[in-house]
Amino acid sequence: MAPREFDIEAIRADFPILGRPLPNGAKLAYLDNGATSQKPQAVINKLREVYETYNSNVHRGIHQLGDRVTVELEAAREKVQRFLGARESAEIIFTSGTTMSINLVANAWGRKFLKPGDEIVLNEMEHHANLVPWQQVAKATGAKLRFIPLTADGRLDESHFDRIITSKTKLITVTAMSNVLGTINPIQELTTRAKQVGAVIMVDGAQSVPHMLTNVLSPAIDFLAFSGHKIYGPTGIGVLYGRRELLTAMDPFMCGGNMIDEVKLESSTWGELPSKFEAGTLPIAEAIGLGAAIDYVQSIGFDAIHTQEIKLLERALRLLPQTSGVTVYGPSIEHRGAIVSFTVEKVHPHDLADLFDQKGVAVRAGHHCTMPLHEWLDVSATARASFAFYNTEAEVDALIDAIHYARHKFRLE
Amino acid sequence: MNEELYDDYILDHYECPYHKGHLECPTCAHSEKNPLCGDQIRLELKVDDQGKVSEAFFNGKGCAISQAGASILCQHVEGKSLNELRGFQAPDMLRLLKVPLTATRQRCGLLCFKVLKTMMYSLEQPPVETGEPIAASSG
Repeated sequence: MAPREFDIEAIRADFPILGRPLPNGAKLAYLDNGATSQKPQAVINKLREVYETYNSNVHRGIHQLGDRVTVELEAAREKVQRFLGARESAEIIFTSGTTMSINLVANAWGRKFLKPGDEIVLNEMEHHANLVPWQQVAKATGAKLRFIPLTADGRLDESHFDRIITSKTKLITVTAMSNVLGTINPIQELTTRAKQVGAVIMVDGAQSVPHMLTNVLSPAIDFLAFSGHKIYGPTGIGVLYGRRELLTAMDPFMCGGNMIDEVKLESSTWGELPSKFEAGTLPIAEAIGLGAAIDYVQSIGFDAIHTQEIKLLERALRLLPQTSGVTVYGPSIEHRGAIVSFTVEKVHPHDLADLFDQKGVAVRAGHHCTMPLHEWLDVSATARASFAFYNTEAEVDALIDAIHYARHKFRLE
Repeated sequence: MNEELYDDYILDHYECPYHKGHLECPTCAHSEKNPLCGDQIRLELKVDDQGKVSEAFFNGKGCAISQAGASILCQHVEGKSLNELRGFQAPDMLRLLKVPLTATRQRCGLLCFKVLKTMMYSLEQPPVETGEPIAASSG
């Protein structure tokens, strides 16, 4: 499918919320896409279509609705498969989101295959969702956590790879894009390193998958997790991609209906992939809605998405440091995606976010589920602007104006 | 519009807080953190023989609302008896702040109040004989 022409006004018109004034009458500048993205009409329509025309359970009903919903769900799975470049749709597990995808691997792979003395390689920029599950697994198995240090500008320090990634490494788990610094990590290099030492590599794609082309075969990673709601799809749906050999060797994470082959009173056998990891009723409409979101993203194309987001990032990285009192965190533009975290001297990030909101500028303030990274940055909280392709340069300017407004309110200018 | 949230009253307390620091020998002290935003407050009280708060100090970091709230609370509790403070409730604290707070920001404005209340609950527990002057401390 050839991508459509990139017309920002037409694209913004696809997202009903972007044109609505806020309750206080302000015009919305939604710069909180790292937390969740807005939904195009195509996704909203798809959810309505499911509930209004063929809602029923999947893989169960011998009736027309059951047939249709099953076809739609499996079509969505195949869309995800093609989107990620996976070999087969059975390697696409529907979960509730990135957090559940990572917990699935931590519990079903980690607890089964990690032993005392094995090492899990992490780093200091990971989201709590890609840190805490591994702490728990390490406690349960006796495996050890190792952390790749960061460079002063917030990238993985590659000079430590030789020391930290060794024959003891059984897993490297890493975010493809930091949710705070925007840092894009060297997945290719880490995958090569993992293969060299016989380790498994898992990628947290929560921030990267919505913004850049992902292919799980190039580089050939073992696990990938991402969330539907950050890629313009519904909440409550996520994906785990896993290489077939690994998924086959793992035991189920959750047990119940749908995931079994045969059940006797004392024991059971497991269903085929992907059912083995999809116990209970899936978020069906949400999964089908995710398929619509992927169609939408592909209709715009990652070339156009990247061009627009880099334009916004370039403007933000140029204007923010020129604004009094502002400190920007993270690497230079060639190493990052469209996320900018910053602080304003003498105005706490929560107060910033509150005052920005008065002007319609929506950002996130806090530690963004990365307490260790904020300790490393030596700040208790930051404000974060995270862009999507539907944002405009005028919205970057609205952010800068909002900083001046906050400083003025705090009697600083 | 919530324009008047950061009025001079809040900003004065934020910029020049009342009794920000530590007591040399507090009768009781307690710290809490809001895990959602990371705001922290430690409250230290000196209570005299008559059960009156003679001095209140706080320390912490966080937004203007949480820090101004702590400053305002310290000013308010000094001279009050523990008995009086038992009747001091969340709506009273919100009234002291004098600015309209959304549900989310009420958590900021009430952080210090929560520290005070937790500390008072532990004060009312039977005393633990450790010889330590600090009745409760955590976070």
